[in-house]
Amino acid sequence: MAWTRKVLRVDLTNGTCKPEPLNMEWAQQYLGQRGLATKYFVAEVDPKVDPLSPANKLIMTTGPLTGTPASTGGRYSVVTKGALTGAIACSNSGGYFGAELKFAGWDMIIFEGKSPKPVYLSIENDKAELKDASHLWGKTTWQTEEGIKKAHQDPQVRICSIGRAGENGVMYACIVNDLHRAAGRSGVGTVMGSKNLKAVAVRGTLGVSGLKDAKAFIAAAAAGKKVLAENAVTGQGLPTYGTQVLMNVINEMGALPTRNHRDVQFEEARKISAEAMAEKRPTDGKSHLVTNAACFGCTIACGRISKIDETHFSVVNKPEYWGASGGLEYEAAWALGAANGVGDLEALQYANLICNEDGFDPISFGATVGAAMELYELGILKKEDIGMDAPFGSAKALCELAQMTAKGEGFGKILGLGSARMCEKYGKPELSMSVKKQEFPAYDSRGIQGMGLTYATSNRGACHLRSYTVASEVLGIPVKTDPLVTEGKAELVKAFQDATAVFDSAGLCIFTSFAWSLADIQPQIDAACEGGWTMEKLGEVGERIYNMERLFNNAAGFTAKDDDLPPRLKTEPAKTGPAKGLVNGIDKMRPEYYQVRGWDANGVPTKDTLGRLKL
Amino acid sequence: MQKSLHIDANKCTGCLQCEMACSYENYGVFNPAKSRIKIFNFEHEGRKVPYTCTQCAEAWCLNACPVDAIRVDVATGAKVVNESTCVGCKVCTIACPFGTVNYVADTGKVQKCDLCGGDPACATACPTGAITYVDADWTGLDKMRAWAGKTDNATRASA
Repeated sequence: MAWTRKVLRVDLTNGTCKPEPLNMEWAQQYLGQRGLATKYFVAEVDPKVDPLSPANKLIMTTGPLTGTPASTGGRYSVVTKGALTGAIACSNSGGYFGAELKFAGWDMIIFEGKSPKPVYLSIENDKAELKDASHLWGKTTWQTEEGIKKAHQDPQVRICSIGRAGENGVMYACIVNDLHRAAGRSGVGTVMGSKNLKAVAVRGTLGVSGLKDAKAFIAAAAAGKKVLAENAVTGQGLPTYGTQVLMNVINEMGALPTRNHRDVQFEEARKISAEAMAEKRPTDGKSHLVTNAACFGCTIACGRISKIDETHFSVVNKPEYWGASGGLEYEAAWALGAANGVGDLEALQYANLICNEDGFDPISFGATVGAAMELYELGILKKEDIGMDAPFGSAKALCELAQMTAKGEGFGKILGLGSARMCEKYGKPELSMSVKKQEFPAYDSRGIQGMGLTYATSNRGACHLRSYTVASEVLGIPVKTDPLVTEGKAELVKAFQDATAVFDSAGLCIFTSFAWSLADIQPQIDAACEGGWTMEKLGEVGERIYNMERLFNNAAGFTAKDDDLPPRLKTEPAKTGPAKGLVNGIDKMRPEYYQVRGWDANGVPTKDTLGRLKL
Repeated sequence: MQKSLHIDANKCTGCLQCEMACSYENYGVFNPAKSRIKIFNFEHEGRKVPYTCTQCAEAWCLNACPVDAIRVDVATGAKVVNESTCVGCKVCTIACPFGTVNYVADTGKVQKCDLCGGDPACATACPTGAITYVDADWTGLDKMRAWAGKTDNATRASA
């Protein structure tokens, strides 16, 4: 069955684990993963809940295609109220953990309450129990994975865990699985830490069987794989260069946010690009990049596995970082690099390793460092506040601050608040490059106008993975639109948001959408899942999910005022490049978008819209 | 022509499509836990390696079996476990130097790669060509071709 039809409910307060049947009526309305888990969440949790209180819940969820041979069918998501944002959070991860959870027979795990002491959840097929994690508390995600595998005497167990960042209340802590994949954004790991839940260890040997029409599904999955293989982005660009293929492209467009968005082009972009990762280093004659890697079921394989330069100052006498490990991906390379003006590839990889090891989001962390460096250059933060000189471009500061944030030491505690809370604290809230307290990813919305609307209206705060209009505005997928104009972006953003919600609810990776449209996944979903999954039904499910998330945020206290960009992007024109002289036209796009969405002027879905979507 | 599985670990990305295909072919379930081919991930070296039975000419598993449950499939050369004969004594799992015959607690029998009767599902499923099914006498052909391509005969060609 595409759905295992089983939910595991874990009461951390009382230490119990109970199975219950999946609500199949909801599955027909919300498909799975992001949609279905969010439906459970909004039905069970008060929107006003403090994200770090025991009353918040945290759901780990697979999709109906997770654990099947559909390409990229290995995803899982974490749904909760985000610690960083206070908005609905849904963070998606690859690796192998999601498929293993499905193979153990579970569609989702709902964590409630708060454990009185550190625990981890151990799952072996239908057997689930909470185990003491006192000995793991204070350990990194890497140590936690190793420790659990040893204790279970089972190298095949798959694990997701929080590192010290999640324990220490870093507001953008993530949940890391399989060493270097992560449910990264919005502070889902912070919520996990607040519940004293250290890890989830899964061994699943039941597998997935009984799809609605297995033969038709295998044929549809094979057709989908052929489309991915023959597409220039998913067949060549991503496997060869990874997401880092974008660094030079976006820089040339004048849309690479640099030094806390003061600039839109980074003069050292080439030094931190995919091309640089493949070049031989003068120090040891080896390239930074070792190989590419796939997540479970993925026939694209965009993942980067690299080896840091052993002679680099950040890892001298630290052999634990010399082995091959994950990174750099484009977002991390940008946030740790261009966002704070650092052009030292090895330093970025070191900071990236620390983010993986101790479980915090490199986008929010890097962008927060960028904001701190601006505060430093303005003289608001002094050397003694930070504990070091921290001008833009300081690789040394970046590396030290990463360690301090991981350990919760000194100024690392302040950085752990995220840029919005930090800039507020120093009286400069406008210097936080964020929406709903979540930092921007690697696209400047003055050079790619649609991304401004994407960020402003993303239900989980600023994010590129809620509607990646870069595909259309930069790469021409599915059709080329002009990145420098606002016209037509309201419709574009809505279409991308709704379609993305379907991909995220199916168990698939959004990167497939460089080549796949809904028409490519519809036959796969329909062959796997009961219920007649037509294009029309999928389109409606996507829109329903987006509106459901919006309703939760509205009830949590967000209003149209929160669908906005920091003043810098609205008043300080891009200084160089093709977008020179432009600001983002969010104030023009927002009302158009509300109208396209069927929302009123305050961003509230109208009765008609709710009725049409059966909400 | 007899064929054999040929593995080029440098091409493996670790997607596990082969493991799903193997378990589906043999048990009708997508389940790496039941796969007869396994991908090993040497994380700290950045290497992923597919590994399965090489179908030894002098098969130790076959010779060790006390009930003759492992026979040669003449068409493919595969050493095939006959489940109805296998008594689950596990002697073959000890005899195999490579660990590619394994006991299955669910069935009480052993399992190993049988080349799917001549159309191995893992090779069909592999998206990168890391697992192929090629002429058993010429598994080195691609490597030979690669080296041949480096041979410097430019002088003669231009003469």
